Amino acid sequence: MSKIKYREALNAALREEMERDPLVFILGEGIGEKGGSYKVTDQLIQKFGAERVIDTPISEASFVGLAGGAAIAGTRPVVEILFVDFALLIMDQVCNQVAKFQFMTGGQANVPFVLRTQGGVGNGLAGQHSQSLEALFYHIPGLQVVMPATPYDAKGLLKASIRSDSPVIFIEHKQLYMTEGEVPEEEFEVPIGKADIKRPGKDVTLVTYSFMVGESLKAAAELEKEDIDVEVIDLRTLTPMDMDAIFSSVKKTGRLVVVHEAIQRGGIGGDIVANVVSDAFYDLEAPVKRIAGKNTIIPFNVSLEKECIPSVDEIVEGVRQVYFS
Amino acid sequence: MKKELIKRMYETAFTIRRFEQTAIEQYRIGKIYGYLHPYMGEEAIAVGTITALQPDDFIVSTHRGHGHAIAKGHDVSRMMAELFGKQTGFCRGRGGSMHVANMEQYNLGANGIVGGGIPIAAGAGMAIKQKKTSQIVLGFFSDGAVNNGVFHESLNLAAIYNLPVIFIIENNQYAAATPYETVNLEKDLSMHAKGYGIPGITMNGNDAVKIYEAMQAPIKRARAGDGPTLIECKTYRHMGHHVNDPGLYMPQDVMEAWKKQDPVDILASYLKDSGVSEEEIQAVQTHVEELMEAAVKFADESPTPSVEEFLAEIPAY
Repeated sequence: MSKIKYREALNAALREEMERDPLVFILGEGIGEKGGSYKVTDQLIQKFGAERVIDTPISEASFVGLAGGAAIAGTRPVVEILFVDFALLIMDQVCNQVAKFQFMTGGQANVPFVLRTQGGVGNGLAGQHSQSLEALFYHIPGLQVVMPATPYDAKGLLKASIRSDSPVIFIEHKQLYMTEGEVPEEEFEVPIGKADIKRPGKDVTLVTYSFMVGESLKAAAELEKEDIDVEVIDLRTLTPMDMDAIFSSVKKTGRLVVVHEAIQRGGIGGDIVANVVSDAFYDLEAPVKRIAGKNTIIPFNVSLEKECIPSVDEIVEGVRQVYFS
Repeated sequence: MKKELIKRMYETAFTIRRFEQTAIEQYRIGKIYGYLHPYMGEEAIAVGTITALQPDDFIVSTHRGHGHAIAKGHDVSRMMAELFGKQTGFCRGRGGSMHVANMEQYNLGANGIVGGGIPIAAGAGMAIKQKKTSQIVLGFFSDGAVNNGVFHESLNLAAIYNLPVIFIIENNQYAAATPYETVNLEKDLSMHAKGYGIPGITMNGNDAVKIYEAMQAPIKRARAGDGPTLIECKTYRHMGHHVNDPGLYMPQDVMEAWKKQDPVDILASYLKDSGVSEEEIQAVQTHVEELMEAAVKFADESPTPSVEEFLAEIPAY
């Protein structure tokens, strides 16, 4: 085990998979000499050359579609979109082409396609560089949506995604790139579709993912001082969703809080809550709660910006409400 | 050109023509439903370009894609079965007319989105480059797709990466019902190639033999790793946009003029010029008629997809 950064874990996953399989190649804006805006592809062009580490023009729809075509035709592309906000330029290629090809051809072909991107609030990046848009992909059948919160999960899930024969939307978080965590040096994979209990607890189930995992763990540490024992479940993968992990935790605690940075309206939280209320209603001992981003465009001003997404204090207060009701 | 080659091209073109006519008949009696976009009038393009390929070269097709599939050698019975929505169709009834694909014959699929296949064609070219094989890709699309951003972006990507892709504009002069000259000031659409630093060719899209000949240089260029070419084939649909569009917006005199340049008839006259007898042509036609009859029978008698199988296949994502 060694302690490495989230971005270094991603870099290692890409490097190891490219070494292992000559069919893996990567493409995106400024991923070559520059090594990517967040240094995830640092030094890869030096190792693998410009044929496999491909800088693209700013033509998101088409270079993502190109990656889709390359996947269909037998290679394993990993394509990077700088900000998930820019993914709004690629929706036809992702949702109509990549997501549907396996199904519409009656299962004739695999589509080993990975789209790496990053989202979330940063520090004054305003309305078009700060969004959390996972619900858009979550809504489309045929896409696996992966959102790791730790360096360990980032590496293990990126490897699993590259080895998957079906499309993966892999959404990183800009505030996680510099976070550190233990990552084994030996080979490992984290399976797609498995949640992880980041903190066991018996009183309240808190389901979350991505950057909010860390914020929720901070909240749980606060609540521990009040003898409220929170179980923090990190979904890690949104589709397929590990509902079994949620059901078995709710069965134990009888209480559910869902936390995410994305806006509440039409968000993942509503779907999780609906599943629990309809399929595990009698396990519940209190009303469920969603703690999510406000239904707003993210403002530039940082003191306004921080109001948009759940704070540790809000999470603490929300869990308290559910615990005491 | 060798007689046998012209004969093969004629047979393919005639098969496409008869397949479309048969499909329309089957549509009218309710055996086929949904959207169906006939390729009648445009046969020379699929035949002239795809006949010039090797079997393991890729094609990327369009919503008007039956002709490309047949020219690629797809079994017409399984084609018809797909149009009928049957289990024996190439896509087991999951795709239908707008989504016929056959990976075994390197057809990466028709597409319900105008222009949607253009980046995929570039991507297949990138896969070839990664794998270092000598295959090439033909990406088909229409004059309508030329006004979509992905056309320009993908042309540029193929150009800068030197991809072995030939982009074929089937200029049938209508984007659905919109005349192309009302939405393009440049009349020769291959002129767009200049902006991306690659060769562009505009030609008559109704003469399969001339198209076949014109394909030789772009194919050589693509296989040599020298990059893509943009080809515009000017043609005209023999009917409206789809089976239920009477095409009333298409001027009759223009239609008649184009029908006098019928791509199937042009191939027949090449055949006659090469010394093929009327009887031999008749024999080809009889063979195709038998194929059509067998295709309809096969499609009709094939099982409908199993609901249980479909439900069991729904993935968890």
